[in-house]
Amino acid sequence: MNWESILTQTFSQGFGTQAVVFALAAIGLNIHFGYTGLLNFGQVGYMAAGAYGLGMTVYWLDQSFWLGIVMGIIYCLVLTLVLGIPTLRLRADYLGIATIAASESIRLFVRSRGQRTRTGASEGINDFADPFFDLNIFNKPGSQSYRFFYWEYRAGDLWVMLIGWTVVALCLLITWQLMRSPWGRVLKAIREDEDAARALGKNAYAYKLQALALGGVIGGLAGMFQVIRTQSVQPDTFNPTITFMIWAVLIIGGVARIWSPVVGAMIFWAAISGLEAFLRELIRSDWELFGDTIGVHAERFLNLTVQNVSQVKFMVFGMTLMLLMRFRPQGIFGSREEMALDDR
Amino acid sequence: MTDNSNDADFVPGITAGGGGAGAATDIEHHNPIEGVFDDVAWEVGVAKPDPILKATKVSRKFGGLTAVDVDYLEVQRGSITALIGPNGAGKTTFFNLLTGFDEPTTGSVSLNGETIDKVPSHKLASKGMVRTFQLTKALSKLTVVENMKLGAKDQPGESMFKALFSPLWKGREDAVEQQAREVLDRFNMTHMAEEFAGTLSGGQRKLVEMARAIMTDPELVMLDEPMAGVNPALTQSLLGLVKQLRSEGRTVIFVEHDMDVVRDISDWVVVMAEGKIIAEGPPESIGENQAVVDAYLGSHHDEDLEFDEDGNTTTETGEATFSVNAKTDSEVSE
Ligand SMILES: Nc1ncnc2c1ncn2[C@@H]1O[C@H](COP(=O)(O)OP(=O)(O)OP(=O)(O)O)[C@@H](O)[C@H]1O
Ligand SMILES: [Mg+2]
Repeated sequence: MNWESILTQTFSQGFGTQAVVFALAAIGLNIHFGYTGLLNFGQVGYMAAGAYGLGMTVYWLDQSFWLGIVMGIIYCLVLTLVLGIPTLRLRADYLGIATIAASESIRLFVRSRGQRTRTGASEGINDFADPFFDLNIFNKPGSQSYRFFYWEYRAGDLWVMLIGWTVVALCLLITWQLMRSPWGRVLKAIREDEDAARALGKNAYAYKLQALALGGVIGGLAGMFQVIRTQSVQPDTFNPTITFMIWAVLIIGGVARIWSPVVGAMIFWAAISGLEAFLRELIRSDWELFGDTIGVHAERFLNLTVQNVSQVKFMVFGMTLMLLMRFRPQGIFGSREEMALDDR
Repeated sequence: MTDNSNDADFVPGITAGGGGAGAATDIEHHNPIEGVFDDVAWEVGVAKPDPILKATKVSRKFGGLTAVDVDYLEVQRGSITALIGPNGAGKTTFFNLLTGFDEPTTGSVSLNGETIDKVPSHKLASKGMVRTFQLTKALSKLTVVENMKLGAKDQPGESMFKALFSPLWKGREDAVEQQAREVLDRFNMTHMAEEFAGTLSGGQRKLVEMARAIMTDPELVMLDEPMAGVNPALTQSLLGLVKQLRSEGRTVIFVEHDMDVVRDISDWVVVMAEGKIIAEGPPESIGENQAVVDAYLGSHHDEDLEFDEDGNTTTETGEATFSVNAKTDSEVSE
């Protein structure tokens, strides 16, 4: 058992670039669902909008990376109008259906062959983020790897993390300020009862559109970091599973709590990566049971090998999530009393 | 009107320390529209001296069912008008039509002489109209005081961009907070200010909803069964509060099933049955009205409708005229 490798995976990924991406996406979802009560089952669609806004500007329009960031935000605002205008006057579930459909439509559209000159189709867009990495202050001659106790990162990832966590901090600050303001109070009122808010003179439709836009743009930033960290925009990065992982992140932390998305994302990635490393090490280990190693048992009974063990982590994680829902449905930061108010 | 409108920024009649049921009883006897209805005929669709709200040919169909079919109704400014009628008469639906929460199939509504048919419901609050709901809508995960503050008007912090900068809204917020606590005091709810509204009992939620509506400083308050599920003692202080609204010059329309309550506080009563207004008049006129009695006893469809003692017929077209011993026909005619 190589415990050091397991711990390194756990700690590094807990604060790594993936955690940045999911923290941002979940901050957006928290604004949608946690504070405004908007059912968004297609947050990955916003990530795709941000990512392709950036990638297509560089690849198709041949413009600068920095303009691409702006375009990514604009794509997210356009997506908000497309999703919001027809559905936000209707019952909450209509938005839910529209978001899930839109996110899949986006993925299928950008990967279609006809779009090759614009989106790169299934090959995607690669090496478009050089201007970002040119600024990397962690670049150094020789080894590009940094290590600090159990934390180990490449220089490029460190740079993404520095900028990424800064953006996360900014988004948290904005969310915190907005949610303690009268604007945030109106959002919460709309979440609780839209008709009551309207009777008191609040334009629920406009507020919901604003909240959808804000959370969507933050989701778009998540998508941009996702493609910057790999220097590659791939359509299949943006599959519906991602949306549900973002929901898991939010639920672990607890909805409508400011720190939930960040702590949820850290725990999620630490757990997923640690679990995978642990299972891998377990199969490789020389621990024996009834005369055979665990790896032999795993292959014989479960057909599990080092190659496919990484899928098991999602099963275990799913189980854990179910236990969490059973014993701590409010998540880490949520309050059970507050949650119980829904049932009265 | 009242002696305590000392701060222009405040809801009139609400002053620091002056709240509570005690204060309410001091002024509840004062009725600024005393005598206004003296010359108004007791008939459906009659014109009022100074109407704040007018509904013309308002109807609403749900498929084959005509839930509301009101020919003409005026509501007197500054009065307490009760809307009564059996279950399913269409009172709530009519409320929804008047407040923009539902669109009439036909007809038109005007507030202060201005047509509000195309005005979305959220804009009516700034035009001075506010409503509560039959099924109480307390905002569960907001505290009681946050519920109150939501009602306040002119809060710049409710704009997304101004919200980012506290100094732009902090001042108004402090004023609103003070105002909220004063209204709570008036409703004897101060001790619950910091509780989540979702933890309150049904009756307490009714109070929160009504108090929150008053925070909008409305000209016209529309209450859908405000006393339902409220205990008798509390009902008494609520009645006092409603009268206080009138003495502040506000107009109140409320739906109520309890005839004692209706008799106690209303200046004018409108009776609905099967979507139509079948009678209008001061409270004392209603109990003796044959159309009303029929509607409540369910003999409305009976072909052999009886004539009341003055010989007026009660027809299904909603044109039931009625008069009772207190007045003669000549006094009643327009
Ligand atoms: N959304 C709707 N769809 C179909 N029918 C409706 C709808 N809303 C109300 N109705 C019907 O319209 C009629 C009037 O209902 P409404 O709720 O206005 O009655 P009400 O006078 O408020 O009764 P209550 O005193 O019981 O509150 C009822 O027959 C009801 O079934
Ligand atoms: Mg009703």
